[in-house]
Amino acid sequence: MSPLFALIARDIRLAVRQGADSMMVIVFFVLVVVLFPLGIGPEPAILARVAAGVIWVAALLAAMLSMDRLYQSDHEDGSLELLVLSPLPLELQFLAKAAAHWLTTGLPLIIAAPLLGVFLNMRAEGFGVLLAALALGTPSLSLIGGVGAALSLGARRSGVLLSLLVLPLFIPVLIFGVSAVDASLTGLGAKAQLLILGGLLLGAAALTPWAGAAALRQAAE
Amino acid sequence: MHRFANPTRFLKLISALQPWAMGVSVLCLAAGLYFALIVSPADYQQSETVRIMYVHVPASWMAMFCYSAMAGASAVGLIWRHLTAFVVARATAPIGAAFTFLALATGSLWGKPMWGTWWVWDARLTSVLILLFLYLGYMALEGAFDDRSRGARAAAILAIVGAVNVPIIKFSVDWWNTLHQPASVVKIDGPAIHSSMLTPLLLMAMGYTAFYFWVMFVRVRAEFNDARIQALRLRQTEA
Amino acid sequence: MGQFSGSGLGSYRGQRMVFRGLDFAVGGGDLLHLVGPNGSGKSTLLRVMAGLLPVIEGQISWDGAPVAQDRDGHRARLIYLGHADAIKGALSVFENLAFWCTMAGGGDAAAGLARFNLAPLADLPARFLSAGQRRRLNLARLAAIPAALWLLDEPAASLDTASEQVLEDEITRHRAAGGLVVMASHGRDPSDGTVLELDQYAANMADFGDAVL
Repeated sequence: MSPLFALIARDIRLAVRQGADSMMVIVFFVLVVVLFPLGIGPEPAILARVAAGVIWVAALLAAMLSMDRLYQSDHEDGSLELLVLSPLPLELQFLAKAAAHWLTTGLPLIIAAPLLGVFLNMRAEGFGVLLAALALGTPSLSLIGGVGAALSLGARRSGVLLSLLVLPLFIPVLIFGVSAVDASLTGLGAKAQLLILGGLLLGAAALTPWAGAAALRQAAE
Repeated sequence: MHRFANPTRFLKLISALQPWAMGVSVLCLAAGLYFALIVSPADYQQSETVRIMYVHVPASWMAMFCYSAMAGASAVGLIWRHLTAFVVARATAPIGAAFTFLALATGSLWGKPMWGTWWVWDARLTSVLILLFLYLGYMALEGAFDDRSRGARAAAILAIVGAVNVPIIKFSVDWWNTLHQPASVVKIDGPAIHSSMLTPLLLMAMGYTAFYFWVMFVRVRAEFNDARIQALRLRQTEA
Repeated sequence: MGQFSGSGLGSYRGQRMVFRGLDFAVGGGDLLHLVGPNGSGKSTLLRVMAGLLPVIEGQISWDGAPVAQDRDGHRARLIYLGHADAIKGALSVFENLAFWCTMAGGGDAAAGLARFNLAPLADLPARFLSAGQRRRLNLARLAAIPAALWLLDEPAASLDTASEQVLEDEITRHRAAGGLVVMASHGRDPSDGTVLELDQYAANMADFGDAVL
């Protein structure tokens, strides 16, 4: 097995064996979405209007929860320095860890999203675009979040700090992600927004490995 | 530039420049405010409230300028390991954040009479708000480590990552249909604004820039003095 | 096999200057002992040799060529053993070692486990291991992954006498095959290699003067 896949496989194996983590993220996602009808009132028209935004923000917050775990245990048990010393380029390792994070956190969120669309009375025409937009947006979150996680390794209050760093950088993805669903619901078609989301993902995939690898080297010093 | 990686040389330079920065700043701000508040004409639609522009527009320019300076200094520090560059970046952050906040606040005060609303979520305002969060994130990250040099280097990476926001702010009014007006000064065809308004604008911008350098010099010198005091204290305990 | 050397080395850890003007040389089959009181920079020097910490002053070379020009090659030829054991509790003993073998580009995990008497524990989840067993699992990398340069930081910590002997045998075997070893170790008899006393190179921040804040 190549080192790249070995790294992804190890992370997935760890996530599966320590299974509670993924489940907690999904439960948090559902919980946050459930809070909204309780908070803003159950009137179906209002819920339908805010459904896309609420689901996106809830997904964002749920993914943030699992993000600081990404490098924490490697940093604490000394694996990080061995990874930095591996022949496999650290930038590729960053991509591998982001991929594993998406598979164990982003993908479950996408699967849970339609159920939450039902809670928020979202119209059925929006579901397809919602899933497509989340499929393009959540990998960006794993990538951008990975940079934040690497930067805040070893910092005080790293959990809150991580959110403070990552959420502003994620705002463009959020804006276009919600806009895609709203556009499809009003019949305008979401092609432009989905293309931009794809572009943001490609941009993130190209730029974040540099920043993430630099941050990991600093943390391993 | 590499000559000034040496802290002593750098400190000598900025100590010499500091009184000039102060002088230019005071003079330009005084002249700029005179032209802005008294000499320049009132707008035919907005009457006197247009004068907020002379505070708001240069503040926005400074918000972007300071971030670029911060990102540039961070890059220099990471590439060549010049620690003085990190000190400059660290000193710039709160000044840039203050200018950003000033731009947002004065913009809001101007928006109410001009557009009828305190805030709108268009591309320009949203991206400047993100800029403010980037500044705050930079300062938070920098101060979150017990090891100061680790904080400086981590924050440097963040500054460079966030630099992508600056061109987005500049071109947001061109790329999107925004409530905020399009560019009138820094355009390819040259400024589209009359000199009676351009002069105070540029004077204020120069005043703000000199002000930035003045305050940045003060902060850098203060940090070096702090480090010296600490080193002296450490040497006392070892002696 | 190779020549590993450094000249005029200076580096810091955190905000403390640790050593300055340090020279060392290790040849094929040699063992270099790093000796000095706590805080003198043994761990720091090993990390600088591995490339984890940057070289602030001076230069490190392999076979005469500066390591800075071939960082990838340098990482590929060394095994670094730090204080921490780099073990994931949720993976089995075998899975832990097999992972590091794959990341290093090849190695024999089963042979490594056998050498350090961990073969009976191969399928046990690593969280059940004792401190000594964890150390042996970390050391098993030395036996499983072929590499020319060993950088060992207190390798015998938490080991019992029998396991220490296994480690000694491994070091002897590696040196006989032309491998290089740099080791920081408390209480080990340094008579069979060259000794580098670190406190003669001690420096503090004030000495470093201008460049460091």
